[in-house]
Amino acid sequence: MIKTDAVIVGAGPTGLFCAHQLGIIGLTCEIVDNLDKIGGQCIELYPDKPIYDIPAVPECTGEELTNSLLEQIKPFNFNFHLNDRVQELTNENNNWIVKTTSGKKFQTPNVVIAGGVGSFEPRKFPTKSAEKFDGTAVLYSIKDKTIFKDKSVAIFGGGDSALDWAIELSNTSKVSLIHRRDEFRGAPSSVKKIKELSEKNIINLFTKYSIKDVKGNGSLEEVEIKSEDGESKLLKVDYVLGFFGLIMQLGPIAEWGLNLDKKAIPVNTENFETNKKGIFAIGDICTYPGKLKLILSGFHEGALAARGCFKYARPNEKYRFEFTTASNTIKDRLGVK
Amino acid sequence: MVKIKYIEHNGKEHVVEVQNGLTVMEGAVQNDIPGIDADCGGSMSCATCHVYVKEDWYNKLPKKEMGEDDMLDQAYEPNSNSRLSCQIMVSDDLDGLSVYMPEKQV
Repeated sequence: MIKTDAVIVGAGPTGLFCAHQLGIIGLTCEIVDNLDKIGGQCIELYPDKPIYDIPAVPECTGEELTNSLLEQIKPFNFNFHLNDRVQELTNENNNWIVKTTSGKKFQTPNVVIAGGVGSFEPRKFPTKSAEKFDGTAVLYSIKDKTIFKDKSVAIFGGGDSALDWAIELSNTSKVSLIHRRDEFRGAPSSVKKIKELSEKNIINLFTKYSIKDVKGNGSLEEVEIKSEDGESKLLKVDYVLGFFGLIMQLGPIAEWGLNLDKKAIPVNTENFETNKKGIFAIGDICTYPGKLKLILSGFHEGALAARGCFKYARPNEKYRFEFTTASNTIKDRLGVK
Repeated sequence: MVKIKYIEHNGKEHVVEVQNGLTVMEGAVQNDIPGIDADCGGSMSCATCHVYVKEDWYNKLPKKEMGEDDMLDQAYEPNSNSRLSCQIMVSDDLDGLSVYMPEKQV
Protein backbone atom coordinates (compact mmCIF):
# COMPACT_ATOMS: atom_id res chain seq x y z
CA MET A 1 0.00 0.00 0.00
CA ILE A 2 1.42 3.36 -1.07
CA LYS A 3 0.51 6.27 1.21
CA THR A 4 0.35 9.68 -0.43
CA ASP A 5 -1.33 13.08 -0.08
CA ALA A 6 -3.08 12.78 -3.43
CA VAL A 7 -3.57 10.38 -6.31
CA ILE A 8 -3.95 12.06 -9.68
CA VAL A 9 -5.91 10.09 -12.25
CA GLY A 10 -4.61 11.13 -15.67
CA ALA A 11 -1.19 12.33 -16.81
CA GLY A 12 -2.38 14.92 -19.32
CA PRO A 13 -1.42 18.60 -19.06
CA THR A 14 -4.03 19.29 -16.38
CA GLY A 15 -2.91 16.39 -14.17
CA LEU A 16 0.76 17.34 -14.62
CA PHE A 17 0.24 20.97 -13.63
CA CYS A 18 -1.90 19.96 -10.66
CA ALA A 19 1.05 17.79 -9.55
CA HIS A 20 3.23 20.88 -9.81
CA GLN A 21 0.86 22.86 -7.65
CA LEU A 22 0.73 20.07 -5.06
CA GLY A 23 4.52 20.01 -5.00
CA ILE A 24 4.74 23.77 -4.58
CA ILE A 25 2.54 23.68 -1.47
CA GLY A 26 4.50 20.78 -0.01
CA LEU A 27 2.21 17.84 -0.75
CA THR A 28 3.11 14.52 -2.36
CA CYS A 29 1.24 12.73 -5.13
CA GLU A 30 1.21 9.63 -7.30
CA ILE A 31 0.05 9.86 -10.92
CA VAL A 32 -1.77 7.01 -12.68
CA ASP A 33 -2.50 6.83 -16.42
CA ASN A 34 -3.96 4.16 -18.63
CA LEU A 35 -1.70 5.05 -21.56
CA ASP A 36 1.88 3.82 -21.75
CA LYS A 37 3.17 7.38 -22.00
CA ILE A 38 2.78 10.73 -20.27
CA GLY A 39 0.81 13.56 -21.92
CA GLY A 40 -2.78 12.39 -22.36
CA GLN A 41 -4.65 13.66 -25.41
CA CYS A 42 -1.72 16.01 -26.22
CA ILE A 43 0.46 12.99 -26.90
CA GLU A 44 -2.10 10.44 -28.05
CA LEU A 45 -4.23 12.61 -30.33
CA TYR A 46 -2.13 15.54 -31.48
CA PRO A 47 1.59 15.29 -30.59
CA ASP A 48 2.54 17.25 -33.72
CA LYS A 49 -0.34 19.69 -33.93
CA PRO A 50 0.51 23.21 -32.78
CA ILE A 51 -1.41 24.73 -29.86
CA TYR A 52 -1.74 28.51 -29.89
CA ASP A 53 -3.54 29.34 -26.66
CA ILE A 54 -1.20 28.47 -23.83
CA PRO A 55 -0.59 31.77 -21.98
CA ALA A 56 2.84 33.23 -22.79
CA VAL A 57 3.59 30.39 -25.23
CA PRO A 58 2.66 31.68 -28.70
CA GLU A 59 2.97 28.24 -30.29
CA CYS A 60 3.92 24.76 -29.16
CA THR A 61 3.04 21.19 -30.04
CA GLY A 62 1.33 18.74 -27.70
CA GLU A 63 4.64 16.97 -27.28
CA GLU A 64 6.54 20.17 -26.45
CA LEU A 65 3.90 21.18 -23.92
CA THR A 66 4.11 17.79 -22.24
CA ASN A 67 7.91 17.91 -22.09
CA SER A 68 7.86 21.40 -20.57
CA LEU A 69 5.33 20.39 -17.93
CA LEU A 70 7.44 17.35 -17.07
CA GLU A 71 10.51 19.54 -16.77
CA GLN A 72 8.56 21.83 -14.44
CA ILE A 73 7.64 19.02 -12.00
CA LYS A 74 11.02 17.28 -12.13
CA PRO A 75 12.22 18.73 -8.78
CA PHE A 76 9.42 16.89 -6.97
CA ASN A 77 10.32 13.39 -8.22
CA PHE A 78 6.71 12.23 -8.30
CA ASN A 79 5.98 8.65 -9.34
CA PHE A 80 4.10 7.78 -12.50
CA HIS A 81 2.13 4.56 -12.82
CA LEU A 82 1.63 4.15 -16.56
CA ASN A 83 -0.24 1.45 -18.42
CA ASP A 84 -2.43 1.19 -15.38
CA ARG A 85 -5.97 2.30 -14.66
CA VAL A 86 -7.65 3.27 -11.41
CA GLN A 87 -10.37 0.71 -11.06
CA GLU A 88 -11.92 1.09 -7.65
CA LEU A 89 -12.30 3.75 -4.97
CA THR A 90 -13.46 2.91 -1.46
CA ASN A 91 -13.62 5.09 1.61
CA GLU A 92 -11.96 3.98 4.85
CA ASN A 93 -11.77 6.35 7.85
CA ASN A 94 -11.65 9.53 5.76
CA ASN A 95 -9.08 8.05 3.43
CA TRP A 96 -9.60 6.79 -0.07
CA ILE A 97 -8.28 3.36 -0.92
CA VAL A 98 -7.44 3.45 -4.60
CA LYS A 99 -7.01 0.17 -6.48
CA THR A 100 -5.61 -0.12 -9.98
CA THR A 101 -6.07 -2.77 -12.65
CA SER A 102 -2.52 -4.05 -12.10
CA GLY A 103 -3.25 -4.54 -8.40
CA LYS A 104 -1.51 -1.46 -6.95
CA LYS A 105 -3.10 0.08 -3.86
CA PHE A 106 -2.89 3.64 -2.61
CA GLN A 107 -4.10 5.20 0.61
CA THR A 108 -4.82 8.90 0.26
CA PRO A 109 -7.14 11.61 1.57
CA ASN A 110 -7.40 13.09 -1.93
CA VAL A 111 -8.13 11.83 -5.42
CA VAL A 112 -7.86 14.30 -8.29
CA ILE A 113 -9.56 13.11 -11.45
CA ALA A 114 -7.88 14.71 -14.45
CA GLY A 115 -9.08 12.10 -16.86
CA GLY A 116 -9.90 14.16 -19.96
CA VAL A 117 -12.77 12.41 -21.69
CA GLY A 118 -11.95 9.10 -20.03
CA SER A 119 -9.37 6.45 -20.68
CA PHE A 120 -8.18 5.46 -24.12
CA GLU A 121 -9.33 2.01 -25.19
CA PRO A 122 -8.95 0.28 -28.54
CA ARG A 123 -12.01 0.55 -30.77
CA LYS A 124 -13.46 -2.91 -31.20
CA PHE A 125 -15.28 -4.63 -34.06
CA PRO A 126 -18.96 -3.71 -34.26
CA THR A 127 -19.89 -7.36 -34.88
CA LYS A 128 -21.43 -9.07 -31.85
CA SER A 129 -19.96 -12.42 -32.81
CA ALA A 130 -16.44 -11.02 -32.38
CA GLU A 131 -16.97 -10.64 -28.62
CA LYS A 132 -16.99 -14.41 -28.18
CA PHE A 133 -13.38 -14.59 -29.35
CA ASP A 134 -12.23 -11.33 -27.75
CA GLY A 135 -8.78 -11.81 -26.22
CA THR A 136 -8.24 -15.26 -27.72
CA ALA A 137 -8.58 -15.18 -31.51
CA VAL A 138 -9.89 -11.62 -31.95
CA LEU A 139 -7.21 -9.17 -30.79
CA TYR A 140 -6.72 -5.41 -30.75
CA SER A 141 -3.05 -5.35 -29.78
CA ILE A 142 -0.17 -7.79 -30.06
CA LYS A 143 1.80 -8.87 -27.03
CA ASP A 144 3.47 -11.97 -28.42
CA LYS A 145 3.86 -12.16 -32.17
CA THR A 146 5.14 -15.75 -32.12
CA ILE A 147 1.56 -17.06 -31.68
CA PHE A 148 0.87 -16.12 -35.32
CA LYS A 149 3.69 -18.23 -36.78
CA ASP A 150 2.41 -20.39 -39.67
CA LYS A 151 -1.17 -19.24 -38.99
CA SER A 152 -3.69 -17.34 -41.10
CA VAL A 153 -4.29 -13.83 -39.88
CA ALA A 154 -6.86 -11.25 -41.02
CA ILE A 155 -5.81 -7.70 -40.19
CA PHE A 156 -8.38 -4.87 -40.35
CA GLY A 157 -7.46 -1.21 -40.54
CA GLY A 158 -5.67 1.37 -42.68
CA GLY A 159 -3.31 3.12 -40.29
CA ASP A 160 0.28 2.50 -39.29
CA SER A 161 -0.48 -0.24 -36.75
CA ALA A 162 -2.42 -2.27 -39.32
CA LEU A 163 0.16 -1.78 -42.07
CA ASP A 164 3.22 -2.36 -39.87
CA TRP A 165 1.82 -5.58 -38.44
CA ALA A 166 0.68 -6.80 -41.87
CA ILE A 167 4.22 -6.33 -43.19
CA GLU A 168 5.85 -7.84 -40.11
CA LEU A 169 3.56 -10.87 -39.82
CA SER A 170 3.72 -11.60 -43.56
CA ASN A 171 7.21 -13.04 -42.91
CA THR A 172 5.86 -15.97 -40.94
CA SER A 173 2.06 -15.98 -41.39
CA LYS A 174 -0.52 -15.93 -44.15
CA VAL A 175 -1.81 -12.36 -43.93
CA SER A 176 -4.99 -10.80 -45.32
CA LEU A 177 -5.28 -7.03 -44.95
CA ILE A 178 -8.78 -5.60 -45.09
CA HIS A 179 -9.58 -1.88 -45.21
CA ARG A 180 -12.82 0.01 -45.80
CA ARG A 181 -11.45 2.24 -48.57
CA ASP A 182 -8.57 2.02 -51.04
CA GLU A 183 -6.53 4.79 -49.47
CA PHE A 184 -4.40 4.18 -46.41
CA ARG A 185 -3.46 6.68 -43.76
CA GLY A 186 -0.19 4.94 -42.82
CA ALA A 187 3.30 6.12 -43.73
CA PRO A 188 3.81 6.29 -47.54
CA SER A 189 6.72 3.84 -47.35
CA SER A 190 4.53 1.26 -45.60
CA VAL A 191 1.72 1.76 -48.12
CA LYS A 192 4.22 1.17 -50.93
CA LYS A 193 5.51 -1.97 -49.23
CA ILE A 194 1.96 -3.31 -48.75
CA LYS A 195 1.21 -2.79 -52.45
CA GLU A 196 4.42 -4.65 -53.40
CA LEU A 197 3.61 -7.55 -51.08
CA SER A 198 0.09 -7.65 -52.51
CA GLU A 199 1.39 -7.75 -56.10
CA LYS A 200 3.69 -10.62 -55.17
CA ASN A 201 0.69 -12.39 -53.58
CA ILE A 202 2.44 -12.47 -50.22
CA ILE A 203 -0.40 -10.46 -48.67
CA ASN A 204 -4.04 -10.77 -49.70
CA LEU A 205 -5.30 -7.21 -49.91
CA PHE A 206 -9.03 -6.48 -49.72
CA THR A 207 -9.92 -2.81 -49.98
CA LYS A 208 -13.45 -1.42 -49.75
CA TYR A 209 -14.35 -4.29 -47.47
CA SER A 210 -15.29 -4.36 -43.81
CA ILE A 211 -16.02 -7.09 -41.28
CA LYS A 212 -19.42 -8.78 -41.38
CA ASP A 213 -19.13 -11.80 -39.11
CA VAL A 214 -16.69 -14.13 -37.41
CA LYS A 215 -17.52 -17.81 -37.31
CA GLY A 216 -16.30 -20.87 -35.50
CA ASN A 217 -17.35 -23.62 -33.18
CA GLY A 218 -15.23 -23.23 -30.10
CA SER A 219 -12.23 -21.90 -31.98
CA LEU A 220 -12.29 -19.26 -34.70
CA GLU A 221 -12.54 -20.68 -38.21
CA GLU A 222 -13.66 -18.01 -40.64
CA VAL A 223 -14.16 -14.31 -40.99
CA GLU A 224 -16.78 -12.97 -43.37
CA ILE A 225 -16.12 -9.63 -45.01
CA LYS A 226 -18.54 -7.47 -46.99
CA SER A 227 -18.26 -4.72 -49.55
CA GLU A 228 -20.56 -1.73 -49.41
CA ASP A 229 -22.75 -3.04 -52.22
CA GLY A 230 -23.41 -6.16 -50.18
CA GLU A 231 -21.03 -8.67 -51.77
CA SER A 232 -19.40 -10.89 -49.17
CA LYS A 233 -16.40 -13.20 -48.99
CA LEU A 234 -15.35 -15.86 -46.50
CA LEU A 235 -11.73 -16.08 -45.39
CA LYS A 236 -10.37 -19.04 -43.46
CA VAL A 237 -8.38 -17.60 -40.57
CA ASP A 238 -6.97 -18.46 -37.18
CA TYR A 239 -6.74 -14.90 -35.89
CA VAL A 240 -8.54 -11.61 -36.53
CA LEU A 241 -6.75 -8.39 -35.62
CA GLY A 242 -8.43 -4.97 -35.51
CA PHE A 243 -6.48 -1.69 -35.54
CA PHE A 244 -9.02 1.14 -35.58
CA GLY A 245 -7.27 3.52 -33.22
CA LEU A 246 -8.31 4.43 -29.74
CA ILE A 247 -11.58 5.73 -28.38
CA MET A 248 -12.14 7.44 -25.08
CA GLN A 249 -14.33 5.69 -22.52
CA LEU A 250 -15.34 7.02 -19.13
CA GLY A 251 -14.80 3.48 -17.87
CA PRO A 252 -14.72 2.78 -14.12
CA ILE A 253 -15.05 6.50 -13.22
CA ALA A 254 -18.78 6.07 -13.84
CA GLU A 255 -18.93 3.53 -10.99
CA TRP A 256 -17.54 5.70 -8.21
CA GLY A 257 -20.82 7.25 -7.11
CA LEU A 258 -20.01 10.66 -8.51
CA ASN A 259 -22.69 12.91 -9.94
CA LEU A 260 -22.46 12.86 -13.73
CA ASP A 261 -23.76 15.32 -16.29
CA LYS A 262 -23.53 13.51 -19.64
CA LYS A 263 -19.90 12.41 -19.59
CA ALA A 264 -18.67 15.16 -17.26
CA ILE A 265 -18.42 15.48 -13.47
CA PRO A 266 -20.06 18.54 -11.88
CA VAL A 267 -17.78 20.38 -9.43
CA ASN A 268 -17.85 23.54 -7.36
CA THR A 269 -15.64 26.35 -8.65
CA GLU A 270 -14.04 27.10 -5.29
CA ASN A 271 -11.81 24.03 -5.15
CA PHE A 272 -13.22 21.73 -7.87
CA GLU A 273 -14.39 19.14 -5.40
CA THR A 274 -17.11 16.74 -6.58
CA ASN A 275 -20.11 15.54 -4.58
CA LYS A 276 -17.70 13.21 -2.73
CA LYS A 277 -15.45 14.65 -0.05
CA GLY A 278 -11.80 14.48 -1.11
CA ILE A 279 -12.52 13.67 -4.75
CA PHE A 280 -11.75 16.52 -7.11
CA ALA A 281 -12.26 16.74 -10.87
CA ILE A 282 -10.30 19.07 -13.12
CA GLY A 283 -9.75 19.64 -16.83
CA ASP A 284 -12.01 18.40 -19.63
CA ILE A 285 -13.76 15.90 -17.38
CA CYS A 286 -15.27 18.48 -15.01
CA THR A 287 -18.20 20.77 -15.66
CA TYR A 288 -19.60 23.93 -14.06
CA PRO A 289 -21.40 27.00 -15.35
CA GLY A 290 -19.18 28.67 -17.94
CA LYS A 291 -16.76 25.72 -18.25
CA LEU A 292 -14.30 26.08 -21.12
CA LYS A 293 -12.46 22.98 -22.33
CA LEU A 294 -9.13 24.77 -22.59
CA ILE A 295 -5.79 23.61 -21.25
CA LEU A 296 -5.41 26.93 -19.46
CA SER A 297 -8.69 26.35 -17.61
CA GLY A 298 -7.35 22.96 -16.54
CA PHE A 299 -4.27 24.68 -15.09
CA HIS A 300 -6.41 27.05 -13.04
CA GLU A 301 -8.64 24.22 -11.86
CA GLY A 302 -5.60 22.17 -10.85
CA ALA A 303 -4.13 25.04 -8.82
CA LEU A 304 -7.33 25.45 -6.82
CA ALA A 305 -7.90 21.71 -6.40
CA ALA A 306 -4.36 21.40 -4.98
CA ARG A 307 -5.30 23.91 -2.24
CA GLY A 308 -8.45 21.88 -1.67
CA CYS A 309 -6.28 18.79 -1.16
CA PHE A 310 -4.16 20.62 1.43
CA LYS A 311 -7.12 20.91 3.80
CA TYR A 312 -7.53 17.10 3.97
CA ALA A 313 -3.84 16.17 3.77
CA ARG A 314 -2.78 18.57 6.53
CA PRO A 315 -5.91 18.99 8.67
CA ASN A 316 -3.96 20.52 11.56
CA GLU A 317 -2.04 23.05 9.49
CA LYS A 318 -3.24 26.32 8.08
CA TYR A 319 -2.54 26.85 4.39
CA ARG A 320 -0.42 29.93 3.75
CA PHE A 321 -0.50 31.52 0.34
CA GLU A 322 2.98 32.23 -1.00
CA PHE A 323 4.51 33.47 -4.24
CA THR A 324 7.20 31.37 -5.93
CA THR A 325 9.21 34.57 -6.49
CA ALA A 326 9.41 35.37 -2.80
CA SER A 327 9.06 32.17 -0.76
CA ASN A 328 12.22 30.47 0.44
CA THR A 329 10.22 27.39 1.40
CA ILE A 330 9.02 27.01 -2.18
CA LYS A 331 12.51 27.64 -3.52
CA ASP A 332 13.77 24.83 -1.29
CA ARG A 333 11.10 22.53 -2.63
CA LEU A 334 12.13 23.41 -6.17
CA GLY A 335 15.80 22.98 -5.30
CA VAL A 336 16.72 26.50 -6.43
CA LYS A 337 18.59 29.15 -4.51
CA MET B 1 -30.36 30.28 -39.61
CA VAL B 2 -31.17 27.09 -41.48
CA LYS B 3 -33.21 24.08 -40.53
CA ILE B 4 -31.30 20.86 -39.99
CA LYS B 5 -32.85 17.49 -39.29
CA TYR B 6 -30.94 15.10 -37.03
CA ILE B 7 -32.24 11.54 -37.14
CA GLU B 8 -31.30 9.20 -34.32
CA HIS B 9 -30.52 5.57 -35.09
CA ASN B 10 -33.92 4.57 -33.69
CA GLY B 11 -35.62 6.90 -36.17
CA LYS B 12 -36.41 9.74 -33.77
CA GLU B 13 -36.17 13.06 -35.59
CA HIS B 14 -35.03 16.41 -34.24
CA VAL B 15 -35.44 19.49 -36.40
CA VAL B 16 -33.56 22.52 -35.13
CA GLU B 17 -32.49 25.90 -36.46
CA VAL B 18 -28.74 26.25 -36.61
CA GLN B 19 -26.90 29.48 -37.14
CA ASN B 20 -24.68 29.95 -40.18
CA GLY B 21 -21.03 29.54 -39.28
CA LEU B 22 -21.61 26.84 -36.69
CA THR B 23 -20.89 23.24 -37.56
CA VAL B 24 -23.52 20.52 -37.82
CA MET B 25 -21.88 18.98 -34.72
CA GLU B 26 -22.28 22.21 -32.74
CA GLY B 27 -25.91 22.43 -33.82
CA ALA B 28 -26.52 19.05 -32.21
CA VAL B 29 -24.51 19.67 -29.04
CA GLN B 30 -26.02 23.13 -28.39
CA ASN B 31 -29.52 21.73 -28.78
CA ASP B 32 -28.88 18.69 -26.57
CA ILE B 33 -29.55 16.24 -29.37
CA PRO B 34 -28.39 12.78 -28.32
CA GLY B 35 -26.23 10.63 -30.59
CA ILE B 36 -23.36 13.00 -31.32
CA ASP B 37 -20.64 12.86 -28.65
CA ALA B 38 -17.93 15.13 -30.09
CA ASP B 39 -15.37 14.07 -27.48
CA CYS B 40 -12.55 16.17 -28.91
CA GLY B 41 -14.69 19.28 -29.26
CA GLY B 42 -14.40 19.66 -33.02
CA SER B 43 -10.68 19.43 -33.67
CA MET B 44 -11.02 16.43 -36.01
CA SER B 45 -9.10 14.34 -33.48
CA CYS B 46 -11.70 11.71 -32.64
CA ALA B 47 -14.50 10.12 -34.59
CA THR B 48 -17.43 10.58 -32.22
CA CYS B 49 -19.48 13.10 -34.21
CA HIS B 50 -19.88 10.65 -37.08
CA VAL B 51 -23.06 10.95 -39.19
CA TYR B 52 -24.36 9.46 -42.43
CA VAL B 53 -25.58 11.80 -45.17
CA LYS B 54 -27.69 10.40 -48.00
CA GLU B 55 -26.35 10.85 -51.56
CA ASP B 56 -28.58 13.79 -52.55
CA TRP B 57 -27.17 15.91 -49.75
CA TYR B 58 -23.76 14.23 -49.53
CA ASN B 59 -22.84 15.46 -52.98
CA LYS B 60 -23.91 19.03 -52.16
CA LEU B 61 -21.74 19.28 -49.05
CA PRO B 62 -18.32 20.90 -49.22
CA LYS B 63 -15.79 18.12 -49.90
CA LYS B 64 -13.89 16.41 -47.12
CA GLU B 65 -10.60 17.99 -46.20
CA MET B 66 -7.40 16.06 -45.68
CA GLY B 67 -7.55 13.96 -42.55
CA GLU B 68 -11.31 13.54 -42.29
CA ASP B 69 -11.30 10.13 -43.99
CA ASP B 70 -8.40 9.04 -41.80
CA MET B 71 -10.47 9.84 -38.71
CA LEU B 72 -13.54 8.18 -40.23
CA ASP B 73 -11.52 4.94 -40.50
CA GLN B 74 -11.68 4.98 -36.72
CA ALA B 75 -15.42 5.63 -36.48
CA TYR B 76 -18.13 3.10 -35.64
CA GLU B 77 -19.30 1.44 -38.90
CA PRO B 78 -18.24 4.08 -41.41
CA ASN B 79 -19.33 3.83 -45.05
CA SER B 80 -19.14 5.96 -48.17
CA ASN B 81 -21.93 8.22 -46.83
CA SER B 82 -20.02 8.97 -43.65
CA ARG B 83 -18.98 12.45 -42.56
CA LEU B 84 -17.68 13.98 -39.38
CA SER B 85 -20.35 16.51 -38.44
CA CYS B 86 -17.73 18.84 -36.93
CA GLN B 87 -16.36 19.34 -40.43
CA ILE B 88 -19.67 20.40 -42.01
CA MET B 89 -20.02 24.18 -41.74
CA VAL B 90 -23.60 25.43 -41.77
CA SER B 91 -24.53 27.93 -44.50
CA ASP B 92 -27.70 28.92 -46.39
CA ASP B 93 -26.95 26.15 -48.90
CA LEU B 94 -27.58 23.53 -46.23
CA ASP B 95 -31.17 24.54 -45.42
CA GLY B 96 -33.15 21.32 -45.07
CA LEU B 97 -30.12 19.03 -44.59
CA SER B 98 -30.81 15.68 -42.92
CA VAL B 99 -28.11 13.74 -41.10
CA TYR B 100 -28.46 10.20 -39.78
CA MET B 101 -26.67 9.05 -36.65
CA PRO B 102 -24.89 5.73 -36.37
CA GLU B 103 -26.06 3.17 -33.81
CA LYS B 104 -23.41 4.51 -31.46
CA GLN B 105 -20.30 6.67 -31.49
CA VAL B 106 -17.94 4.63 -29.31
